[in-house]
Amino acid sequence: MATVVQRPKLSLLERSYFPALLGGLWITIKHFFKMMAGRTHVTMQYPEQRWDSAMPEWYRGAPTLVKDEHNRERCVACQLCEFICPPRAITIKPGELPGDSVWVKVEKYPEKFDIDMIRCIYCGLCEEVCPEQAIFLRKDYSITGLTRAEMVHDKAKLYELGGVMDGLVHKWNEKK
Amino acid sequence: MPSLDLFLQPEIFLVWTSVLKTSVILGIVLTMVAYSVWAERKVSAFIQDRVGPNRVGWAGLIQPVADGVKLLLKENFVPAGVNKLYFSLAPSLAMIPAILVLAVLPFGSSLFNVPMVIADLNVGVLWVFAVSSLGVYGIVLAGWSSNSKYPFLGGIRSSSQMISYELALGLSVIPVFMITGTLNLGEIVRYQVENGWMVFPVWFTSPPEAASTTIGFLETIKFSVGMSTEKMLLWIPMMISFVVFMIAMFAETNRVPFDLPEAEQELVGGYHTEYSSMRFALFFLGEYAAMIAGAGVIVTLFLGGWSLPFVPDGSHGWFWGLFNIGTFFAKVAAIIFFFLWVRWTLPRFRFDQLMKLGWYVFFEVALANIFITAGILAYLKS
Repeated sequence: MATVVQRPKLSLLERSYFPALLGGLWITIKHFFKMMAGRTHVTMQYPEQRWDSAMPEWYRGAPTLVKDEHNRERCVACQLCEFICPPRAITIKPGELPGDSVWVKVEKYPEKFDIDMIRCIYCGLCEEVCPEQAIFLRKDYSITGLTRAEMVHDKAKLYELGGVMDGLVHKWNEKK
Repeated sequence: MPSLDLFLQPEIFLVWTSVLKTSVILGIVLTMVAYSVWAERKVSAFIQDRVGPNRVGWAGLIQPVADGVKLLLKENFVPAGVNKLYFSLAPSLAMIPAILVLAVLPFGSSLFNVPMVIADLNVGVLWVFAVSSLGVYGIVLAGWSSNSKYPFLGGIRSSSQMISYELALGLSVIPVFMITGTLNLGEIVRYQVENGWMVFPVWFTSPPEAASTTIGFLETIKFSVGMSTEKMLLWIPMMISFVVFMIAMFAETNRVPFDLPEAEQELVGGYHTEYSSMRFALFFLGEYAAMIAGAGVIVTLFLGGWSLPFVPDGSHGWFWGLFNIGTFFAKVAAIIFFFLWVRWTLPRFRFDQLMKLGWYVFFEVALANIFITAGILAYLKS
């Protein structure tokens, strides 16, 4: 059965549109003066105000490399992250640790470690796959640059962002 | 000093004062244009619970300068397939009429006994209508010469819009002339000073015997408040005139709810879609200048021009002369605020709806209003 939509019966005044017009003007001017009086909650003024303090623990920002409290670079250049990275943003060139190094039994270290931040999709698979707890997604979200080259984070930049992280598993220490 | 005498000769005095007035008014109006763009953005933001421009200068007050620099430095692109002559002519045609209207507006009483109007024409309002309706040619030419669909539709809409509102615009002010008995805008303002504003028929006059005292450099005079049944009776057709004229002015200045030629949501900007750089800026400035000129006409005809209750005119000292000019532009700014306020409240009409409104409603109302006024005037005379 067809639904019959009842047309509302409008009075002459309502049909002249004037009450609706004035009502609309009243609503907009109310918003105007609320804003003037500063009683309107407005959007955050981004570059000055940031979400940083309200960021959740599990936030996945830019991937970074970390060192531990012995100042050892934790990456052993196993290249698992390079292989799992879905957009192939990571490029690692493994190198051999010199014989006089304290950590010589680790054998390998990354000679070059580049993450192309134009490619990175912040998925966190590199962090998940890393057997050495060397790569972590930290809370940096504003990754910008003026050139493509600037957007490629090299090893120095990655350690600068990652810094030192305490409380990680030490599987390369002596007597362990 | 012979050189000073030369400047005070009537003809030469007229020339240099006119040039001075013209440049000062152009400066004021172009500044107002720039800042009404800023005000538009700010008011729209506030109405929509946003912040608006707030980066360039305090509260974004230098934003118009930044916009101007940006537009000047942009490439002045001419698309292939346009009619080059009309394409470059159209922006000026949109800007010039809006500026020309300002010539007859009395923006102040007098300053050092120089009347504050650039051209004191007896055809006053006719000049306003004749010149301001030329602005449509700019839009139609822009729409046609762009050789592109959306601008073309904008131009078509503009011409259809003009034949919808022009009639009501012209007819709605006839009662004002019937009451004042003159087309001269300056005299219409004088009438409103002595007999109350058209929309507020209470007048504040200084009786000839009123003592004027001088406080510091200010000369103050006593005022008497007047009110009469006759004027109250004439107030009814005046309010009708005011409302119809105001609505027609919205159409004349291409403002929402009658901004059919530009309708950015449907026509990608309308007649100025293909324009860039300073040519686009000229359209933009022309639109806002037309808005200021239109607001000036409304203020002059219905809101008492430069007059304000209990404020003497410029013959009582330069301070009051400047005060009158300030009053005029404050009133213009208030009307512009109303324009902005309406823009962010009402939806857009379709062009057939506008034509229906113009021909079925406002034409009749304005016509009937003339007869009502005539009837009241005849009744008052007998």
